[in-house]
Amino acid sequence: MYDVAIIGAGVVGCALARHLARFRLHCALVERANDVGTGTSKANTAILHTGFDTEPGTLESALVRRGHQLLGMHAHRAGIALERVGALLVAWTPPQADELDSIVDKARRNRCRGARRVAEDELYRREPHLGPGALGAVEIPDESIICPWSTTIAFALEAVGAGVDLRLGTTVTGVRPGGDHWELLTGTEVIRARWVVNAAGLAGDLVDRWFGHGDFSITPRKGQLIVFDKLARPLLHSILLPVPTPRSKGVLVAPTVYGNLLLGPTAEDQDDRTDVATTGDGLASLLAAAQRILPAVAAEEVTATYAGLRAATEHRDYQISVHPEQRYACIGGIRSTGLSSSMAIAEHVTEQLGAAGLSLEDRDEEPAVPRVPPLGESRPRPYQQPELVAADPAYGHILCFCERVSEGEIRDALAGPLPARDLGGIRRRTRATNGRCQAFYCGASVAALLRGEVGS
Amino acid sequence: MLVVEREEEAGGVPRHCAHTGFGVRDLRRVLSGPRYARRIVDLTERAGVEVSTRTMVTGWASPRVAEITGPAGVERVGATAVVLATGARERPRAARLVPGDRPAGVLTTGELQQLVHVRRGAAEAIGRRAVVVGAEHVSYSALLTLRRAGVRPIGMITSLERHQTVGLFALAAATALRVPLWTGTSLSAIRGRGRVSQVELAEVSSGRTRTIDADTVVFSGDWIPDHELARAGGLKIDPGTRGPAADLLGRTSGAGIFAAGNLVHPVEPADVVACRAARVGLAVADWLRAGTDPVPARLRVVATDGLLWVFPNLVAPGAADHGPFAIRSREHRHGATVVVEQGGQVVARHRLRRAVPNRTQEIPGTWVGALDPQAGAVLLRIEG
Repeated sequence: MYDVAIIGAGVVGCALARHLARFRLHCALVERANDVGTGTSKANTAILHTGFDTEPGTLESALVRRGHQLLGMHAHRAGIALERVGALLVAWTPPQADELDSIVDKARRNRCRGARRVAEDELYRREPHLGPGALGAVEIPDESIICPWSTTIAFALEAVGAGVDLRLGTTVTGVRPGGDHWELLTGTEVIRARWVVNAAGLAGDLVDRWFGHGDFSITPRKGQLIVFDKLARPLLHSILLPVPTPRSKGVLVAPTVYGNLLLGPTAEDQDDRTDVATTGDGLASLLAAAQRILPAVAAEEVTATYAGLRAATEHRDYQISVHPEQRYACIGGIRSTGLSSSMAIAEHVTEQLGAAGLSLEDRDEEPAVPRVPPLGESRPRPYQQPELVAADPAYGHILCFCERVSEGEIRDALAGPLPARDLGGIRRRTRATNGRCQAFYCGASVAALLRGEVGS
Repeated sequence: MLVVEREEEAGGVPRHCAHTGFGVRDLRRVLSGPRYARRIVDLTERAGVEVSTRTMVTGWASPRVAEITGPAGVERVGATAVVLATGARERPRAARLVPGDRPAGVLTTGELQQLVHVRRGAAEAIGRRAVVVGAEHVSYSALLTLRRAGVRPIGMITSLERHQTVGLFALAAATALRVPLWTGTSLSAIRGRGRVSQVELAEVSSGRTRTIDADTVVFSGDWIPDHELARAGGLKIDPGTRGPAADLLGRTSGAGIFAAGNLVHPVEPADVVACRAARVGLAVADWLRAGTDPVPARLRVVATDGLLWVFPNLVAPGAADHGPFAIRSREHRHGATVVVEQGGQVVARHRLRRAVPNRTQEIPGTWVGALDPQAGAVLLRIEG
């Protein structure tokens, strides 16, 4: 019998598991996929938002701000790639320019440090490749870029290291009340837990209904993105944001911690909760936006395209509720800021669970914070470290040329307490095959390692 | 002399082209790709050259000082002359912006060949019903590789009006292999969860689409030079080839930095590459002997209008017996004329019986002798 079962091992579920693990609680983290963070958590804009543009007074606003602070500190401890590149929210039309002052005002009400107006000339000095016609901007110095894959994995590793039971490949199909506990039905077994937390992301409303609630409905909102070649990286220093609309934050161009430039996302509502296909129209609209915002990037090669689904609801705020009499908490409708607020959501929900009666007794020992390996260009990688290669030549044998991923790093990704189980898992732990050649050079050798053919 | 090769073995793409026809122009033999590769590497090593495999140049500490990583260690190596011969790769699905799902079973010919010929035992990765995108030489090589792996190629598609290979290959594919060629057709979407299940094909002229069942998509051809080191080294890149701009002797915009092979003309058959590269080798030897001589001022040679690229794309005016120029047409043409212009004046015309995209045509370079060093870039276009 578990004290707490968390349904969903995305970035929010993993953050919560990590947070609960510091108490004397026996927790299960239940995930239908074969790895953590395979849903929206892996397919987003990879930005650690300050929350400057959230609605002051909302739960989202408080949790994004707090989450930015917590993850900003934690990233350094855990080795998660994080760069405080700052954001420039650019106005392209006079009506947009008229909104800039209110954006600064809102940012200040959200206690966003350093938010200020930037005039046209400073804007073009800082970003010389910006398309013509910008009328000024708002600077948000603390807006940052981060690795979403490492973040989820780091949370999960810490949770697992502290004793959380990670149940991958386990789909909860329903729940049954069991007196003083819940029975989670999975088709093959029953998982018993006193408390249940719903962190099921895109299936959050369906799970909520199992517990008799219907406070929100999820409409997946697809965001398509284009990743440009690393050779385009010098074209931009900060995140370029548009003036947001109520529907979406709009199309941005941003560096990534891996060294690429990212363009997107689109915003298309759909019914299907698993369709993450890109569309001709979506990609075309992104390229058109790039022509306006950063024309030089449109001449560079595209390395990858992908799409993620935001868990949007009919409400404007997060749908986080705790039902003490049911010993059930729901974390729903997190839309597009889950990565940023994940640690704060974990803190907030834990507090609420405690107030609802969950016993929160500190463990004696300080949990170990496992470090995740560096990805992309964020920190020195093994191929750049003579001592590492001297100690283990496998770190000097580069298999994925485009991303400089060594045999040693892929071997490490296939081992350990949270190993990769397929190519996607290897990609999220190393970036092998994610480079410009898209496996032209390395697909066969990476597949061989995955199949267990040791020593190429 | 050091050759740095990041793959397991030296020899390049021929290592995994398990068909014959290699070595005709340079070795005066007809060999399979793997045997040709081994022979070339053998000759190189016997000439006293050190060939370091599994070792990669990851960047430049400064011009002609390479940052190198290999199992033997991480180091910086400086050289008097550097030759970039990093070849070309096929543009993958993402670069071609083909929308849809992202299932397994989508690959380039390069990956396919390595799966079948180098890392054997990955047949399940390749599926049973494959569509080949492209109808260049390499696309027909992909057909052979698929057949070798026991996969049925169910069709080839090209957005152009005809194939771009030699008639013999196309005929063999149609008759012996019985693979239909759908011309004027593009791949408009890939569908499938986990694995490819269908592809959507669009008629280029009308936009009409149809869907066919397939579990493998092979993107072939559409070559782009692997120019990362050239760009990282600050070399000027030719917008047509997308490789470093270079002259007939392989001299780039960087002093003492040469470029050869499919990095500068994507792509030519291996023996053509080898013959041209031998000339670059002699130029490197000259540089080593008298390296303080500055490279003479050169003019850019620019492909415009119906031409995709021209090589060489740098030329020193006045050379009396300059060799031929390789050109690539964007479209199929019958009876076309290549016009060479400088400063608004036509310098030469050359009639071609026909032009085929993705295949090289050559035009003589005797007009280089008549170029005016002060009159600016040389522009090439194709008419008719």
